[in-house]
Amino acid sequence: MGAQPIADNLFTDENMTALVGARNKQTGHIFFPLPLTPNDDIEPIALATRGTVWTYTVQRFPPKTPYAGPADPMNFKPYVVAYVSLPGQTMVESRLTGLEPEDVKIGMEVELTAIPLDPDAPADEQVMIHAFQPV
Amino acid sequence: MSDVCIVGAGIHPFGRTEGRDGMDQGVYAVRQALADTGIEWEDIEFAFGGSAASGAADTMVSKLGLTGIQFINVSNGCATGGSALNAAASAIKSGEYEMGMAVGFDKHPRGAFNADPAAYGLPNWYGEAGYMLTTQFFGAKIMRYLHENNLSTETLGRVSEKAFRNGAKTDHAWRRSEVDLETIMNAPMISDPLNKYMFCSPAEGAVALILASEKKAKELGGPMIRLKTSVMRTRPPGSFEVFAASIDNERGGTATELAAKAAFEQAGMGPEDIDVAQLQDTEAGAEIMHMAENGFCPHGDQEKWLIEGRTEINGALPVNTDGGCLACGEPIGASGLRQVYENVVQLRGTAGERQVPGDPKTAYTQVYGAPGVSAVTILQR
Repeated sequence: MGAQPIADNLFTDENMTALVGARNKQTGHIFFPLPLTPNDDIEPIALATRGTVWTYTVQRFPPKTPYAGPADPMNFKPYVVAYVSLPGQTMVESRLTGLEPEDVKIGMEVELTAIPLDPDAPADEQVMIHAFQPV
Repeated sequence: MSDVCIVGAGIHPFGRTEGRDGMDQGVYAVRQALADTGIEWEDIEFAFGGSAASGAADTMVSKLGLTGIQFINVSNGCATGGSALNAAASAIKSGEYEMGMAVGFDKHPRGAFNADPAAYGLPNWYGEAGYMLTTQFFGAKIMRYLHENNLSTETLGRVSEKAFRNGAKTDHAWRRSEVDLETIMNAPMISDPLNKYMFCSPAEGAVALILASEKKAKELGGPMIRLKTSVMRTRPPGSFEVFAASIDNERGGTATELAAKAAFEQAGMGPEDIDVAQLQDTEAGAEIMHMAENGFCPHGDQEKWLIEGRTEINGALPVNTDGGCLACGEPIGASGLRQVYENVVQLRGTAGERQVPGDPKTAYTQVYGAPGVSAVTILQR
């Protein structure tokens, strides 16, 4: 089996090299993710894998359902949620990884990666989510 | 068209009331408003009302009396109360009715609002991966705003400090104790840069307002408090709203800017004409952004305003004189009407310890919420 992305249509391929965005064929407007229901005016596009942090916050307490990651209050590790501006496309909401919350700076350059939702899960059961890391 | 006057106001204390459901808190507020106006339920010709989580407002006729009136339920998210007031005002302005009511109430469970991704057109992974939290949105939005406008995080603390100071003087508030700035700034973080003293909590409460035509209001003989305007607007392109998996690189305006502009135009006034304002403060950052979005100060001047005490009860523009959502909590259906209730009390001069000095004549409210709605009222005595 191996690690699997958390959903179909989130990444462009099984190596999770890019996020799938949506482009309105009439207006050119780009957004993320693909809408739940198919629409003739919307086509999938691969989003840029590099961008800059536009803003961020830190999730300091374990979320309630529908959160599916580790939520034990004793061991909960706060995570950074940012909006990453992809030039000429859109700003994607994404976790940041590979840095501590106090080291995040608005304007810093970041690139796409994938991280396990629960790092303590067995390797072949891991569910992968998108994140950006410092370049 | 007739001018619309607010001739009576009632409130059920905000916070937590064990053993009384949201609907009964609504009934309590209605009875208080009727007594305040000096009328009976039988005198009410129509009503608009709503709650987000406590049932259909029209069913309260079973408690108030089966007089057969038109009672329309309003469901407009965080603008529910504002929209009920708006609709009630239109019914009188049109000349169809002489006197009616707007009511809002709610009772929410403790803790942050739980949300289902599908209800917002989002895939399940959005919730599973840990993005389905309103607190994140507020944190990320004000983080950017502080950065763009060179405001310190202490600005947020000053808003909360003022809210608790005002709440301590307010009968209907939930948080009735002052908290000093140092304690606020050292509290545990919820969603950076916002900590636990900087968020309002879901709560309980109810407000009822009785509206009447100018002619009817004169007959009743109370103070003439005119609803100069009541405006509700939805978001323009490029706004930044809750539960957005992406936002446009090209930034746009806000629903509040649209509502404020329309309200001032309709009332024939400007921000400089307002004597007291109640601005949406879901969290401390919202009050800061709304000071500017409503036109009261330029973006970036808020810290200076707060340090100088300009939004204190005795300042040049008192803001959130009853402690706002931060001190009262947020029962969604009632929250916007609480702001108007507070302004009615202030314009009557009966606010006691928290009374704005100098005989205020004009009062402004603005409520904002998901999914990008804003409602503004201007009252004048």
